[in-house]
Amino acid sequence: MRSRARKLVLLAMLALLVLVPPAAALLHQLFYVDLLRRVMIFGIAAVSLDLILGYGGMVSFGHAAYLGVGAYAVTVLAYYGIHDGLLQWAVAIGGSMLVALAIGAVSIRTSGIYFIMITLAFTQMLYYLGISLDVFGGDNGMRLPERSQFFGLINLNNGTEFYYLVLTILAAVVLLVQRLVESRFGMAIRAAKSNEARSRAIGFSPYPYKLAAFVISGGICGLAGALLVNHTAYLTPDFMQWTRSGEILFMVILGGVGTTAGPVLGAFTLLVLEDVLSGWTEHWQIILGPLLVLAVLFAKRGLAGLLPGGRGG
Amino acid sequence: MAEALLLARGLCKSFGALRASDNIDFDLLEGETHAVIGPNGAGKTTFIGQLSGDLHPDAGTIRFAGEDVTSLRAPARARRGFARSFQITSIYREFTALDNVALAVQARAGHSFRFWRRAREEDVLRDPARRVLEEVGLGARAGVLAANLAHGEQRQLEVAMALATGPRLLLLDEPVAGMGSDESQRMVEFLSRLKGRQSIILVEHDMDAVFSLADRISVLVYGRIIATGTPQEIRANADVRRAYLGDDVQLAWAHAERR
Repeated sequence: MRSRARKLVLLAMLALLVLVPPAAALLHQLFYVDLLRRVMIFGIAAVSLDLILGYGGMVSFGHAAYLGVGAYAVTVLAYYGIHDGLLQWAVAIGGSMLVALAIGAVSIRTSGIYFIMITLAFTQMLYYLGISLDVFGGDNGMRLPERSQFFGLINLNNGTEFYYLVLTILAAVVLLVQRLVESRFGMAIRAAKSNEARSRAIGFSPYPYKLAAFVISGGICGLAGALLVNHTAYLTPDFMQWTRSGEILFMVILGGVGTTAGPVLGAFTLLVLEDVLSGWTEHWQIILGPLLVLAVLFAKRGLAGLLPGGRGG
Repeated sequence: MAEALLLARGLCKSFGALRASDNIDFDLLEGETHAVIGPNGAGKTTFIGQLSGDLHPDAGTIRFAGEDVTSLRAPARARRGFARSFQITSIYREFTALDNVALAVQARAGHSFRFWRRAREEDVLRDPARRVLEEVGLGARAGVLAANLAHGEQRQLEVAMALATGPRLLLLDEPVAGMGSDESQRMVEFLSRLKGRQSIILVEHDMDAVFSLADRISVLVYGRIIATGTPQEIRANADVRRAYLGDDVQLAWAHAERR
């Protein structure tokens, strides 16, 4: 019953997202295609974070690292004249997974505040590495020479085509993560989150499972980074700034930790509010802050908790 | 005499100045129920922690089924057939009773790097889990969230999880602690049905439970085993009586010493 309601909500969200480009064209508001594409890209990043946060209990405060690795992978390859999207994105995902493996191997041995600080510290290291890379614009970043190419099948310079590609990837990622958390693997990491002593006593060593989840999460977020730099067409180390990690974390918490649709809702709410409010006043953060505090206080299970079936495991 | 299933020799474990385990020798025969009793603060929990692999002894060895397992940690020992219940109930509270037991089955079914198939739809995990739940008398409560089970039911669930791993050795840390008399009677009855089929190390405060279940009893006082024997022998043992008679006095002393 509950899972059916959840499925309906997901399908409704999908349908709405499918309708955005024609509706925007009809209303001559093409800007919304752009905004929603950005929302979905951050939605992917937030879903990837929720995999380890909501189901694995790992509060990564450095998820922007993988956005950065993904974005740098695409831009650096493009800089050297390699524009093949499949190759670029494969490197973005693979590179992010490697970085996640290194960060995870160290951080997962700790927990709580130490885990948060280690993930943050690694991300700061990468951020300063990005700033120091003068070849790629250093502090200022650089223009993406050309968007990723897919043998002429999909043209990312066409906003609508790019939009539908991002939507497809988002849907695939949500489906993948949902299957993951319900598989044996998912049950193992959720069990470790629920009660690690119990897991050890029945013979689960949590470490390899948590590490694998961390690496998968990093890979997905790296893909989001590859999409993001194609979206902005401009690379900047700011992709890896710690405030960016905080934003992604906030999207997950706002939307609903450990829910399927929640992180996407969180990304939507945060970015749309940011957009609307910044149109009204340049002091928009003064309004946004209290709104977010209220949202967290009164929707303790996140926005997804307000939807029918939103609290599905 | 058959070779003991579990053999602990010279176990020592100190926390600062406190010698929680002081040169403990202990063995468990195949199919035997061996109880460990002792006053509060005697080091029972420390002892069972070393057996399960959650604590590493400062000195001494533990052999299990002919293999030295001293350096193995809890998950590795669990995979060799150790299963335990905790003094304070340890279950997956956010999962249903059936999920809890199915996870125990899954832990025993080899690695869990399986990413696609829904674990809750796998009969190879759910069916054995259901059988064990029936066995402990929780069959009707399979779909209830573990957190919402009554205290006694949670203890039963914990034993069910231990059994679902198909253990060769059950370590039960105060399985009837905090239970009402009806509940604890039911648990004792259930455990007595396991007797003979299952090798059990039972740490327990409840003397009725201990004397009705144990084949042998070891008495632990200040980290030392002062006596091992059949229930009759233990009942008649003068040292044991003294240890229990002065329980309150010794307790105060133990506290003072720790400070």
